[in-house]
Amino acid sequence: MNRLRWALADGATLTRRDLDHWARQPAQLVIGLLFPVMLVLMFGYLLGGGMTVPGAVGGDAYREFLIPGTLALTMVFGLEGTFQAIKSDVARGVTDRFRSTPMASSAVVVGRSVADLLSAVVSLAVLVLSGLAVGWRWHDGLAAALAAFGLLLLLRFAMLWIGIYLGLVVRGEGALVAVQILVWPLGFLSNTFAAPSSMPGWLGAIAEWNPLSSTVGAARELFGNPGWGGESWVAQHAILMAVLWPALLIAIFFPLSVHRYRHLDR
Amino acid sequence: MEAVTAHALHRRFGAVPALSGVDLSVPAGSVHGLLGPNGAGKTTLVRILTTLLRPTAGTATVAGFDVLREPDRVRASIGLVGQHAAVDEILSGRQNLEMFGRLHHLGRSEARTRAVALLERFGLADTGSRAVSTYSGGMRRRLDLAASLITAPPVLFLDEPTTGLDPRSRSEVWEAVRSLVAGGTTVLLTTQYLEEVDRLADHVTVIDHGTVIASGTPSQLKGQLGGDRIDVVVSSPADLAATAALLAGLTGNTPDTDEDNRRVGVAVDDRMAALTATVRGLSDAGIAVEDVTLRRPTLDEVFLHLTATDDARMVTA
Repeated sequence: MNRLRWALADGATLTRRDLDHWARQPAQLVIGLLFPVMLVLMFGYLLGGGMTVPGAVGGDAYREFLIPGTLALTMVFGLEGTFQAIKSDVARGVTDRFRSTPMASSAVVVGRSVADLLSAVVSLAVLVLSGLAVGWRWHDGLAAALAAFGLLLLLRFAMLWIGIYLGLVVRGEGALVAVQILVWPLGFLSNTFAAPSSMPGWLGAIAEWNPLSSTVGAARELFGNPGWGGESWVAQHAILMAVLWPALLIAIFFPLSVHRYRHLDR
Repeated sequence: MEAVTAHALHRRFGAVPALSGVDLSVPAGSVHGLLGPNGAGKTTLVRILTTLLRPTAGTATVAGFDVLREPDRVRASIGLVGQHAAVDEILSGRQNLEMFGRLHHLGRSEARTRAVALLERFGLADTGSRAVSTYSGGMRRRLDLAASLITAPPVLFLDEPTTGLDPRSRSEVWEAVRSLVAGGTTVLLTTQYLEEVDRLADHVTVIDHGTVIASGTPSQLKGQLGGDRIDVVVSSPADLAATAALLAGLTGNTPDTDEDNRRVGVAVDDRMAALTATVRGLSDAGIAVEDVTLRRPTLDEVFLHLTATDDARMVTA
């Protein structure tokens, strides 16, 4: 019981650390929040005019379609932040200092998770507001919309564990750039901006089976926004897959991360 | 009472041995210097003693607790200053100290009080609310030291605390360590600098290639290493032989002659007397000199000496 109390207190201490980071670097926070907004504007207005969505024509329909994709993409890009935070603590010896204190060993990941999920909630809120400003709406009631937000945060939670694991494992200066580059194909090789059916067959299949596509498809369905449709099983079961994919990723990367952290002394 | 003990510690990384049977014993309240070149195994030893790394074989205790069986109690008894200033760059000095205080399970107000007191003690009171990224190297080190002292731990590990610091920051750190020792803390310090153990340590263990190659007080070691040296650079190569003979006569030691640089060097026992006698002797003999320097042996010379002679291997206190 005492152990649990300290684990919670230590987790709270490290969450607080990240919130203090925001307070001390508001400019970084704002830039981080503006990036997805920029994506909305770029794709919505620069490229959106040329896009057609089944059942509708023109920029407005594309923006209806675009917002769920941008929300999910922002969750995936969150992986970079998690990775960077974990890796820089390891590289600077901060993780070692944590490990040489009597704090609960779970606190590092608990603090990271809570702070990153809070940050994801703020990002979602900002994006939703900018989406509403460009004409996006949810059409199937608040409960369905909240379910969509839940699935988006679940995807972020899965990305969190990938980020933690990579942060503990990957070494070297160029690592962040490598992760940033690798996140892009994960983000774009999906149904976020274009229909998988418009891609070469094999590429479209990969895009449909991308975990991001399932969350995007599920969010479109729950918000009542237009989607690409798609006849494949995975496209037909977007909501189910939006639960299963993150669950699978967590089932893989959570134990890997815990194992890696516990065995930093090996 | 021993604050730190190690018995037959081994550690290998894959096939590469980092420690090959290290024994160590540090009495409570003393400063122990661990001297050795890069890659000697100093950091590995510190990481084992601070529970960050498991030994492949052997045992160790810190503050009376076994590092393998009672890691939590060891962690509650130690402070660690690693090679990099392990503090949060974005937070302020005060926020860092409060965070580490909380992680040591101090109450909120206690952590705050302690942070303020430590900032004061390490001369960071004025800059305590600034982001650490704006600190100088010396200030970061002092904050790092302060962070390791949050709970006034009985045993403090300093892993190359002054590597990469300018001379002024280095003496700031030395000053801070001295004040700690005056308060009764046991300090285990690793360094590549002979001067550092000379200034701070009561006892020195020299390690190389993962084994202890010498051990003793700084003065015992220096005695074994031939102590200080005088180098004389003469104007004319013709005077080299006469200078060598003069230095041999004055010190009773065998000088080395470096003809290319017209330099004669010799180990001396009594620094100032030897210097005075050398300068006077050269002047009386009418030898024109370009330079006379009195210096401590370099670490290279120490290791050459320690690995070259068997009788210097163990100097017991």
